[in-house]
Amino acid sequence: MNPARATQELKHFRADTHIHTCLSPCGDLEMGPRDIAAQSRHAGLDMIAVCDHNSAENAGAVMRAGDRLGLAVLPGLEICSREEVHVVALFETLESAHQMQEFVYARLPGENQRAVWGEQIVANEKNEVLGENPRLLIGATTLNLYEIVAQVHACGGLCIASHVDRPAYSLIGNLGFIPPDLDIDGIEVSFRVPLSRARESVNGIAGYPCVTASDAHFLKDIGRAWYGLQMASPCFAELRMALKGEDGRKIIAN
Amino acid sequence: MKTQDLIDQFGLTAAAGKAGIDREIAGGYCGDLLSEVMANAPIGCVWMTIQVHQNIVAVAVLREMAAIVLAMDNQPDLETCEKADREKIPILLYNGSSYELAGKLYAAGIVNETADE
Repeated sequence: MNPARATQELKHFRADTHIHTCLSPCGDLEMGPRDIAAQSRHAGLDMIAVCDHNSAENAGAVMRAGDRLGLAVLPGLEICSREEVHVVALFETLESAHQMQEFVYARLPGENQRAVWGEQIVANEKNEVLGENPRLLIGATTLNLYEIVAQVHACGGLCIASHVDRPAYSLIGNLGFIPPDLDIDGIEVSFRVPLSRARESVNGIAGYPCVTASDAHFLKDIGRAWYGLQMASPCFAELRMALKGEDGRKIIAN
Repeated sequence: MKTQDLIDQFGLTAAAGKAGIDREIAGGYCGDLLSEVMANAPIGCVWMTIQVHQNIVAVAVLREMAAIVLAMDNQPDLETCEKADREKIPILLYNGSSYELAGKLYAAGIVNETADE
């Protein structure tokens, strides 16, 4: 308990911490950094996280676009484990996210076939195209879940299991239940499950901090699911406290 | 047919859970989404998968499986082997695909009760 932190005034913020950009092959080309920030603001969000498949190359551009609009943007990746479980990794700084990205890239086999999987556009905060990522971002890494969680933590990040209510690419779908020894920081349910009913809808998540997110691949989907956060300001350190339920910070089911 | 017969006839290697190789096999199942296998695998079956996480042993216990086969040369995690030894669930290794082995097992008479009625 930190008395200085505890006495800070706490407010409510809206967060959608799993949004793709045009870098994800399955992401719409309209998902440029500038427009993601603008649409997030339009949707009433205070904080978002950019989580492309196995990459954080567009995170910096969305962060800069968000700065101009007073939108907090966390850099992140949605990493695919060798079990084909998707986990969202969130970081405080772009440097940490890039450190994780390099670790992932070294363990991500294959090259993208744009005709099959789609384009992987790297863009700047003005939505200008800078290039194309050649890696097979849609693929699975050779990392098991424990290795991913350990490395995310080593980079100072938070690890949240993506859309656990889904039958595939999900911790519960692929592994049947959450391994009790997995040091995950939280779990995410998809927009299909109201957060207020998540614990009764999805078996085996009662002991974990639970959030929801849009997992938007199209602009119109940004904010289709969001969660409330009671905390001092929309930032990574406060989100970490809210996930842990520290000093009055908490997740609020909308 | 027992699990020991599977090992002998189809060139499988037992990696763990050898204390359980005398069980009779009652059908077969293929799948890599554990939630789905947990819901649908026949009781007492031999299960072919490429997942290697220790949760496969829990799924096998729940469905009272005779054995798990890891296809395509996949190697079980250390924790998976330890758990399989404790639970006496044989983990067998196969260098071909689940499809290939399933075909051989079916031809050898390992069929699910509901499948041929």
